[in-house]
Amino acid sequence: MPDALRPLIDFLTSPITIAYIVLIHVVFFGLQGAAAVLVLAERKVAAFSQQRLGPYRVGWWGILQPIADIVKLLFKEELRPKAADFWLFYLAPIISATTAFAAFVVIPFGPPTDLFGLLPEPINLQGMDVNVGVLIVFAITSMGVYGIVLAGWASNSKYSLLGGLRSSAQMLSYELSYGLALASAIVLGNSLSLREIVDAQQSNLLGGVLPTGWFLWPSFFGFIIYMIAGIAETNRAPFDFPEAEQELVAGYHTEYSSMSFALFFLAEYINMVTVSAVATNLFLGGWHWPFPLAWGWGFGVLNWLLKVSFLLFFYIWMRWTLPRYRYDQLMTFGWKWLLPAAVLNVILVAAGVIYFS
Amino acid sequence: MELTLNHYLALSAVLFSIGTAGVFLRRNLITVLLSIEIMLNAVNLTFVAAGRHFGSVDGQVIVFFVMTVAAAEAAVGLALIISLFRHKESLSPDVFTSLKW
Amino acid sequence: MIPLDVVLFYLFGGAAVACSLAVVAQRNPMHSVLLLIASFAALAGLYINLDSPFTAVTQIIVYAGAIMVLFLFVVMLLNTPREDVASPYGPAYVTLTSGPRKAYAVLSVILLVELALAVRQFVSTSAPSGPAAAAHVSSVKAIGIAIFTDYSLAFEATSVLILVAMVGAVVLAKKKL
Repeated sequence: MPDALRPLIDFLTSPITIAYIVLIHVVFFGLQGAAAVLVLAERKVAAFSQQRLGPYRVGWWGILQPIADIVKLLFKEELRPKAADFWLFYLAPIISATTAFAAFVVIPFGPPTDLFGLLPEPINLQGMDVNVGVLIVFAITSMGVYGIVLAGWASNSKYSLLGGLRSSAQMLSYELSYGLALASAIVLGNSLSLREIVDAQQSNLLGGVLPTGWFLWPSFFGFIIYMIAGIAETNRAPFDFPEAEQELVAGYHTEYSSMSFALFFLAEYINMVTVSAVATNLFLGGWHWPFPLAWGWGFGVLNWLLKVSFLLFFYIWMRWTLPRYRYDQLMTFGWKWLLPAAVLNVILVAAGVIYFS
Repeated sequence: MELTLNHYLALSAVLFSIGTAGVFLRRNLITVLLSIEIMLNAVNLTFVAAGRHFGSVDGQVIVFFVMTVAAAEAAVGLALIISLFRHKESLSPDVFTSLKW
Repeated sequence: MIPLDVVLFYLFGGAAVACSLAVVAQRNPMHSVLLLIASFAALAGLYINLDSPFTAVTQIIVYAGAIMVLFLFVVMLLNTPREDVASPYGPAYVTLTSGPRKAYAVLSVILLVELALAVRQFVSTSAPSGPAAAAHVSSVKAIGIAIFTDYSLAFEATSVLILVAMVGAVVLAKKKL
């Protein structure tokens, strides 16, 4: 018996396997930490843009506020409306949170590294390098809509149902522009693997001072369209119709409380991180720095985190700056402006790629 | 024990007959449409398995086309269901017996 | 030791069959739609087992992500859960007393038996496909080249089909044009 299990034991105790297990835990808990930091950042940025102080009592500069929020949510009572569909009511937040975490598995966040010589061979800083990575992110993000739609339907309340209906229509509409914006980066990178697309953006002109390799430049409108569609996909202001609080109380999560509400909350912030991370990898050169500095992988990861943080700040900034659209304006904008622009962008980028190659 | 093409063909046959049975037996138009989707997917599985067996991508290309046809079918079918439901407030196929209203 | 692909085949295949059966047996259309999504996800797993990751992802994006959302949207819009239970036109299922539909029930049983017999005859005849075929089949590039060269006419025809379907759906479902 030990002989038969020998390959399995060897596999499980090899440094590479252990490194990947640690890596996946880093991603998982990193995302949770990111969500906690984002909650605080959102409140602080909101406060600054409204000339208030924001949370400042719990810990220095309100730094422990996320922990206080989590403890509060944990100790709240879990309520379920009597007319709700039992299974779907509890399945909905689970789907939301699971898809949010799962989409991040294929996203790379740093160059290959052997962790200062700890490992016999370099590993990729990402959960899994898949050769259809971009499509997997797209597929899992499109599954996220079920969490919201089911929450809306299973609650059996009119506000929730309206929120669910709105979100299904909105996410279907903006998914097309989202996919076409991704397609422009796929065409430029000549690959479906996120890591290969990032590595295709290395080249820099003028002695490496300018980041000319970034796909932001050839597909500038692709980036803009991606960010707009990404904001709509994650249901953030100014496109937060599924939960528009002035019209629908809280939309699809009106009836949720305690931890099931917390899961929706977590999913929203993790989806923001995912959209920003994909934008960084596809359009902003990932971990590649404009200046040709060989400062190692840690610097690359830091650089990647800086870019993602900037995009996340942009997200929060949008929310507290722009008013919500009207629903028909959202549909008109999505179908009559954003989608044609995305199609045109893909055609132009593809023509450019053919012309210059 | 090794997987052969026939394993996949058998599975796809089972799925196809489940779909057929659904179309025959159910009296809810939405479930009937869902059963048609099951049948389409059973055929897709056959195409992919056969394409893999013969080392050709043609099977996957056909699946790609079947998916677009399925999307068109679902859009038109659901539009029909909505307009039928508006007239009779029911989803049972037995209710729609008149050719014109 | 059982190879991994055999385990995955029975896992995903069993899930697909179980979910499809539940779709047909389910009275609540909402649950039917969700079980069908689970069945499609299982099929996507089978496609990955068949070295076709592109088709697997397309299955999730197109079927689970778009077509089924449309179904969900209509079920929510009509909001008729368990509609067929209280129907004045008899029970939701075909029973042995339900007139002409008895024939359909018999037909579907015959179909199932026939398919089982047909499959049994072939079970040991075909050889397993080797890994040599896998590299070509799993390449997204090869699929793209096939679609835009050999099948370009069909591809263009599909775009017309989609346009027709779109116009048709709007005409059918809109109250007042």
